[in-house]
Amino acid sequence: MERNDPQFTAERDGALLRIGLSGEWKTGHPLPTAAALEHSLASGAGIARINFDTSGLAGWDSGLLTFLLQLCERCSAAGVAVERDGLPPGVRRLLNLAAAVPERKGARRESQREPFLARVGAAAVRARMSNRDTFTFIGEVAVAVFRMFRGKARFRRSDLLETIQECGAKALPIVSLISLLVGLILAFVGAIQLKMFGAQIYVADLVGIAMVREMAAIMTGIIVTGRTGASFAAKLGTMQVNEEIDALKTMGFSPIEFLVLPRMVALFLMMPLLCLYADLMGVLGGMIVGVTMLDLGVVQYFLQTKAAVKLDNLWIGLFSSAVFGVLVALAGCLRGIQCGRSASAVGEATTSAVVTGIVSIIVATAVITVICNVLGI
Amino acid sequence: MGGTAEPCIVVRDLTMAFGSFILQRDLNFTVDRGDIFIIMGGSGCGKSTLLRHLIGLQTPAKGDVLYGDVNFWGLDPEERERFMRRFGILYQSGALWSSMTLAENVALPLEEYTDLDPAGIRDRVSLKLALVGLAGFEEYYPSEISGGMKKRAALARAMALDPDILFFDEPSAGLDPISARLLDNLILELRDSLGATVVVVTHELASIFAIGNNSVFLDPDRRTMIASGDPKMLRDGCPDPTVRNFLTRGEAGSAG
Repeated sequence: MERNDPQFTAERDGALLRIGLSGEWKTGHPLPTAAALEHSLASGAGIARINFDTSGLAGWDSGLLTFLLQLCERCSAAGVAVERDGLPPGVRRLLNLAAAVPERKGARRESQREPFLARVGAAAVRARMSNRDTFTFIGEVAVAVFRMFRGKARFRRSDLLETIQECGAKALPIVSLISLLVGLILAFVGAIQLKMFGAQIYVADLVGIAMVREMAAIMTGIIVTGRTGASFAAKLGTMQVNEEIDALKTMGFSPIEFLVLPRMVALFLMMPLLCLYADLMGVLGGMIVGVTMLDLGVVQYFLQTKAAVKLDNLWIGLFSSAVFGVLVALAGCLRGIQCGRSASAVGEATTSAVVTGIVSIIVATAVITVICNVLGI
Repeated sequence: MGGTAEPCIVVRDLTMAFGSFILQRDLNFTVDRGDIFIIMGGSGCGKSTLLRHLIGLQTPAKGDVLYGDVNFWGLDPEERERFMRRFGILYQSGALWSSMTLAENVALPLEEYTDLDPAGIRDRVSLKLALVGLAGFEEYYPSEISGGMKKRAALARAMALDPDILFFDEPSAGLDPISARLLDNLILELRDSLGATVVVVTHELASIFAIGNNSVFLDPDRRTMIASGDPKMLRDGCPDPTVRNFLTRGEAGSAG
């Protein structure tokens, strides 16, 4: 033990307990706790009061104060009087300050464990409320879309154009990269299998149909969720925190028309275009593998793809991507508008927007696939 | 002041609640036309929430808010929305739309609710910004100006439609004493020149005495209003020690 470590001594003098404090009572030194004095302060021990001797005290901070507060608490529980005259004046004043405002009744949060059934019930009620919010939101958006077609919806055209640029043109680099790589990967996996039968040429069919019908739409959907859906939620969430959405409402602007509608329209228009672009990039990726690894000709690959991919596939892909655009915009805007009024709430809103977006994309893909199956497309 | 007392806002038996938690109950007060009415009280007593009830952002649990003889919460949502255009509201944080320039912020309500041509709108916008001392800042974005300037720009936006009633949520929060004083003077000036009624949520004593001629005091412990009237008179003669203490920064002490 170093010479300057904080320590205390307890000397008994009849009914008086003299507590000597010495050393550097500062945070960072090994601070003793008041628990060691427990049995000397127990009600049977015959101590009526304590006082302090601080002649050996070299320095102090909150470490000493917490020790003394613990001690005072134990003393008052045991009915022992505390004489503070021996303490440094600064310590005495801070102790008085800490005791000056009594704890407000009921202010302390009780962390009691609710019974299991109560928690299930509360969760069910919350889920119901959240579903109701979601459906209300979707209903309001539907009304806004209807008003838009009647030319009555109010939003700024410049907002729409800005969002179109933000979620359309600016997403091209990442969409290029991802869809090119997805095309490459599909071709690689297919090539190994098909080569065994000498059917390398069918790599073109595999990549073409997979990309055009499903993968391009799903991949752009997921990219746009992460890029644009998250940014919608963060933007609207921050507007909620800054009372900007309140300002819109009180000036008679519907936040749904003013904020949600341009974003949804922008994604609805841009997603099919991004998807079409991703189709091309995916096929290009497949072609790179076909030409470099499988010794297929560029024209041969192109003709094979053209023969394999039916127009139906393209329509299904584009239709899916338009649906995904609406879903991603709805998820992002819903979470943004539901956002609480703090910085951490904005973070939660963004996370939740991405999760909701991706889940709804996958569910929508499943539904569309089943419908196409039933219709025999 | 308040010679021809014509009631402008009447709050009747208003109870504010979040779910089952009652924030304030049985609020009854009247704001006369031309008043500068202060909503005051300690932190967390529900001042800003009361304001949200007055401007249509939060529905009362019980009771009515009357503007003249219009029952505000009895209107259907569309009528209420239309009615709200008569309000000018300065939010605590300013709440300027961050993706628009100051000029666009002020112009938006004008574009939407008036039939002014673009040149007319531009003139109005310049006028409003000049009134709050921001001439020349038309093309700045809210993130490029200081907190005090944001407040003033937000005030210009609140005045865009020449409202009958102005609401201020903690106008001097976060401002230095000089800017706060200037804003107070601006509020007085606006009331006198436009003849508007002003409702201010604040706990800045200097502002309260400088501009307020009527007030209501909310108490967080008793969860209701415990005084109303001219704040200077409340300071000197309110029977309730909590109110006197508040208005003298605790110097009335334990005298009550």
